[in-house]
Amino acid sequence: MNLRRDVFQAIADPTRRAILLLVASQSMTAGAIASNFNTARPTISKHLQILTQCQLLEQEQNGREVHYYINAEKMKEVADFIEPFRKMWDERFNKLEAIMKEFKPKQ
Amino acid sequence: MERKTKVHAEEGKQEIVITRAFDLPLELLFKAYTEPRIVEQWMGTKVLNLENKKHGSWQFETTDAKGNVLFRANGTIHEFIPNQRIVRTFEMENAAFDIQLEYLEFEQLTAQTSKLNMHVIYKSVAIRDQVLKLPFAQGIDMAHNRLQAALSNLN
Repeated sequence: MNLRRDVFQAIADPTRRAILLLVASQSMTAGAIASNFNTARPTISKHLQILTQCQLLEQEQNGREVHYYINAEKMKEVADFIEPFRKMWDERFNKLEAIMKEFKPKQ
Repeated sequence: MERKTKVHAEEGKQEIVITRAFDLPLELLFKAYTEPRIVEQWMGTKVLNLENKKHGSWQFETTDAKGNVLFRANGTIHEFIPNQRIVRTFEMENAAFDIQLEYLEFEQLTAQTSKLNMHVIYKSVAIRDQVLKLPFAQGIDMAHNRLQAALSNLN
């Protein structure tokens, strides 16, 4: 359950989704991935670490280079992509709740 | 932690159920659905029309800073029972999702808490799945556009 939530947190970030999109077509080294972003290299490394930890990405040693590739099985697990939909409603309802807590009927 | 908002979507079915428990008395929850000014605040859209009665109609619209319409939706209210139930249709204009049917059920839990049960029925399983994926697809698009922008900056 915890792991599942981590996966959704991982894909909730736009940079991490962009990384998944990049790596989806071909395996890439961290350097090649980072060169696609204006973001600092350590930030991209951090994103790669999170994606690897929740198993959306896998690493493969290729001589001296480490290649990242998509874990298709794991991606399929989140393929229903319901979480962003749930989150959208959750945020709306949180707003509704906050507004109505402040609601004062007119005298 | 128990999730406050739950989405139940069974594989291969053309319906979904969204449930949410609110830290609000039932009357206040219901009011949030019927007062145009309040609907506007939490839905983030302009309410052009909202007739809270059987055979009434509604229309919402969102425009950008230049006045271009980004989103417009409308529908008819089929049943309106204060503090209990609203049954209405929902049609997103200029979108290929066809018309959906929504059953909103409002329920008192305690004097200070309430619950909403939103049962939505779509024309087909495929359309339901498309609607469910919409927020994710928008996220991907946004990430993709940012990526494109980043790439063109490099050139």
